[in-house]
Amino acid sequence: MLELKHICYTVQDADGSLDILKDVSLTIDDHKLVVFTGPNGGGKTTLAKIIMGLVTPTSGQILWNGQDITSLSITERAKLGISYGFQQPPRFKALTVRDLLTLASGDKKLSKDKCCQYLTKVGLCANDYLEREVDVSLSGGEVKRIEIASILARGSQLMIFDEPEAGIDLWSFARLTETFEQIHRQGDATMIIISHQERIISLADEVIVVGDGSIRHRGTADEILPKILTDTLGGCPVLSR
Amino acid sequence: MLTEVDSALLEKIADMLGKPVGAVNIRKDSGCEARQSTEHIEITGKEDKPGIDIRIKDGTVGEKCHIPVIITKSGVQEMVYNDFFIGENCDVEIIAGCGIHNCGGEESRHDGIHTFYVGKNSKVKYTEKHYGEGDGTGGRIMNPQTVVYLEEGATIQMDTTQIRGIDSTKRDTKIVCGKGAEAVVTERLLTHGDQVAESDMEIVLDGEDSKGRVISRSVAQDRSNQVFYPRMVGNASCFGHVQCDSIIMGDAKIKSIPAITANCTEAQLVHEAAIGKIAGEQLLKLETLGLTPEEAEECILKGFLA
Repeated sequence: MLELKHICYTVQDADGSLDILKDVSLTIDDHKLVVFTGPNGGGKTTLAKIIMGLVTPTSGQILWNGQDITSLSITERAKLGISYGFQQPPRFKALTVRDLLTLASGDKKLSKDKCCQYLTKVGLCANDYLEREVDVSLSGGEVKRIEIASILARGSQLMIFDEPEAGIDLWSFARLTETFEQIHRQGDATMIIISHQERIISLADEVIVVGDGSIRHRGTADEILPKILTDTLGGCPVLSR
Repeated sequence: MLTEVDSALLEKIADMLGKPVGAVNIRKDSGCEARQSTEHIEITGKEDKPGIDIRIKDGTVGEKCHIPVIITKSGVQEMVYNDFFIGENCDVEIIAGCGIHNCGGEESRHDGIHTFYVGKNSKVKYTEKHYGEGDGTGGRIMNPQTVVYLEEGATIQMDTTQIRGIDSTKRDTKIVCGKGAEAVVTERLLTHGDQVAESDMEIVLDGEDSKGRVISRSVAQDRSNQVFYPRMVGNASCFGHVQCDSIIMGDAKIKSIPAITANCTEAQLVHEAAIGKIAGEQLLKLETLGLTPEEAEECILKGFLA
């Protein structure tokens, strides 16, 4: 179980201090699929990064399976079973797709068959990609799918995906949602997915709308989707006329 | 008689384990430690100067030739001339390399000139690793010069690696490609401490349909200093590509000056050069996979120089 208690994150800028997250508390039970959604700049990614340890909160506490991990490093959290798929994954000039999957899995002798399974789940063919370097020769969508495959290879207890759909074509997206659905159905992991996609939102056990640094709404997809629609339409000056 | 230090050096620089198989020449502290020719590869000592001649018969396929050099005495300084005469239609692998173990206060230095004459349609893989160790204050210096002449349809794949521990190096490489010949040079270089390294390379694409490719990857750590001058000259209808990538760390300095020269309208030449530190996001990504920051850095450097 993941518990966030009174998480605040404040940054200093030229105009003074800016509150990115304002006293966010939430609990996510094991094996749940939770979607963070909401307007850009609302604090979703910061919240996810705070869970992985990529960002240190100004105040508050993070508990993972009852253990206080607030002061643990990224590496320590990774070893405790938390993984994170970046929205814009970095490229590596000299690491191949196979290298990355091998590192992620922790199995130095990761077989080609296993690699193939992970890559197929994101719509890539191992024969075409396994020996390629994860460098600028790959498109943004390809790097993104390899990033997601690395999280699948990691097989951790808590998987965080930051906008997995961004840059991915429609066909691969359909394959990807099937993969999320399968992981969820099998109860293999707890998943936090940051997404704006209705298809992904509809998979969620719980949808959390993050906006202006706070949790605006929480509920099932059926409860939340109409609210999102209302908020969006209500906020449009043209449609409101 | 090879000592434990010798054997460790030979494994490091030439992947040699136990008794050598095939054609071999081991040079140790300016003397000949072992020499063995085969039916197709003949190794003879030079009469007029230090070094060896290696003659490979036409049609020799699938054979290897090891010619490592080790220096274990402090203060040894040598200049060696090795000439390779490779016949036609061969497919061979030559493994050179130099290891210096210097525990003394005097400078140990190996300078060598390797000249290859590669016959028509022959394929050569040439591997050269340089490595220095020992806790002495004496410098470990290597200045290799490699000259390659490729006849029609001949190819050379040249992989050079400076593993670590070489205080000063000046590499000089020149390859002349004839008609349809191809040269692929992969250079990997690591410097640390106050080490200096300079690599001067020229690939001359003389023949029609010749190809040249240079891939240079280097890591400069601490206060070390590296300079690269890879040059590609196109004198005919040809294709050449120079790619230099360097990772800079600590207070190191790197200068990369690739140059391409076309003396023919049909020459297609490309160069790319990049120097940069390890990106913070790369380290963070690997940390999310369970690596410590130190392991993440090592993983990136190892991959880069692999």
